[in-house]
Amino acid sequence: MEAFRILQPGFLTTVQDRGRFGYQRYGIPASGAMDEASLRMANILVDNPEGAAALELTAQGPELLALADLAVVIVGAEMDPLQDGSPVPLGEVFVIRRGEVLKVQGAKRGLRAYLAVHGGFDVPLVLGSRSTCLPGRFGGFQGRALQEGDILTSGPPMRRFHELEGRRLSSAYHPRWDQLVKLRVVLGPQDDRFTQEGVETFLSSEYKVMTEADRMGYRLEGPPIAHRAGPDIVSDAIPPGAVQVPGNRQPVVLLADRQTTGGYAKIAVVIRPDLPKLAQAKPGDPLHFSKVSLGEAYEAFRAYEEGFLRLRQEVEQKRGRKVYVFLVEGERFQVEVEGKGL
Amino acid sequence: MRPNIRFAGDGALVVELGEKIDQTINAKVQALAFALEQGKFDGLVEVVPTSCSLMIYYDPLKTELSALKERLIALGERLQEFPLPERKVVEIPTGYGGIFGPDLSFVAEYHNLSEDEVIDLHVEPLYHVYMLGFTPGFAYLGDLPQKLATPRLKTPRLKVPAGSVGIGGDQTGIYPIESPGGWRIIGRASVTLFDPAKDPPTLLFPGDRVRFIRI
Repeated sequence: MEAFRILQPGFLTTVQDRGRFGYQRYGIPASGAMDEASLRMANILVDNPEGAAALELTAQGPELLALADLAVVIVGAEMDPLQDGSPVPLGEVFVIRRGEVLKVQGAKRGLRAYLAVHGGFDVPLVLGSRSTCLPGRFGGFQGRALQEGDILTSGPPMRRFHELEGRRLSSAYHPRWDQLVKLRVVLGPQDDRFTQEGVETFLSSEYKVMTEADRMGYRLEGPPIAHRAGPDIVSDAIPPGAVQVPGNRQPVVLLADRQTTGGYAKIAVVIRPDLPKLAQAKPGDPLHFSKVSLGEAYEAFRAYEEGFLRLRQEVEQKRGRKVYVFLVEGERFQVEVEGKGL
Repeated sequence: MRPNIRFAGDGALVVELGEKIDQTINAKVQALAFALEQGKFDGLVEVVPTSCSLMIYYDPLKTELSALKERLIALGERLQEFPLPERKVVEIPTGYGGIFGPDLSFVAEYHNLSEDEVIDLHVEPLYHVYMLGFTPGFAYLGDLPQKLATPRLKTPRLKVPAGSVGIGGDQTGIYPIESPGGWRIIGRASVTLFDPAKDPPTLLFPGDRVRFIRI
């Protein structure tokens, strides 16, 4: 069904889900939400699958005309929304009526927010994903950022709105806007291509996000990182959060729309639970990298994933149902208990 | 050779099967990718083969790392048991020079050759596709005649048209979509290399052979 008409697109508004997997071997970027945690939390609040397609808003939000009654939530950067001119809270589900205008203002803190609608945004699946691939100009909404006049459709609502309205993130899930963005990294895959001093410089210095910071990656500026024998390697694949150091010895962190392969040595990889923090960093923001072991990284990842399970339990229990979600060897099991006796 | 395993963050690792661009090593990379897909394990997310290494994306909650390492080392030692599927030869009709190949004259001058000699050298080999990367469907073709190896542009172009055939160092390739690029453009191919409406979405795969046909 028709959900929104775009009155003003904002700075860069794209449709994103959790990304396109299985096609990097063809040179196709993974894409997906830069701040995956905010996307997943937004989807949980409006009772979507965590990987449903939502709008990624950047720096300056869009102005949208509702073409139906919709249950909506915005999670992420502090981009205050106005519903027909009246403020509505972030991180809390609200209902917008057909004919009302939702205006999302500029980001006061953070850079990206996710607007999810109950039912999910309905754009065609391309190679298994609804994410927009900006460098390849395909996927999402016609392979591009939204423009004035575009009409977005959403899937049909499965729940009554009163069941969703007012659901919100508890304080444990609110973003923390620290002055210094602290990122944990696992060294490698090519930390041996750097001098000991180079690795120490990387781990002990402050780096600032430069203006060349987009969905492909962030260029950083700070003390130069010395290679042992030049920056070039035989090209290999690039995981999300990889910190590449080219010939100018300044690090580049590669993100959602990164190219799949590259020929510069990678000193470290930011752990996935910390990528959402980086996605919220803006040009000029200071970053600091600290080393963790692979075991510590796995523990952090497990805790990160369990956070989403707990959030789903929290919001479901408020609806008077008992929901138990278990993680057994990586598989998720959900048991719902519903009935008059509860 | 025992493969060298490097960790790449909390959900990926790189298996190195060599350290240079070489068809024997590349065949091993593809055999390992193939072997892993034959015996898919639960935590396997995707594999990305490159010239001499393979990246394995895995789910750490479903993967016992020591078991995965053992499996990779065991597979690495018996790659000959996984014969690769037959690869195709793809002919690429290409218009050289003029507006299609703005750097053809530079490449000719750089090597003290005529433009025709450059074209003759470029159409001669049966190129091997080592890997796809950079942009969707971009195939890295090795085995460029040494006489044609040319350094990249100092400042990459912001827009290289789709289909452009370029030389970058000792490799050649075709730009599947309009993108920025620093390779020396000598011609334009009249084929679609990337179509997101198809699955698989690319014309070329690692291991394929490519021959350029002058038109």
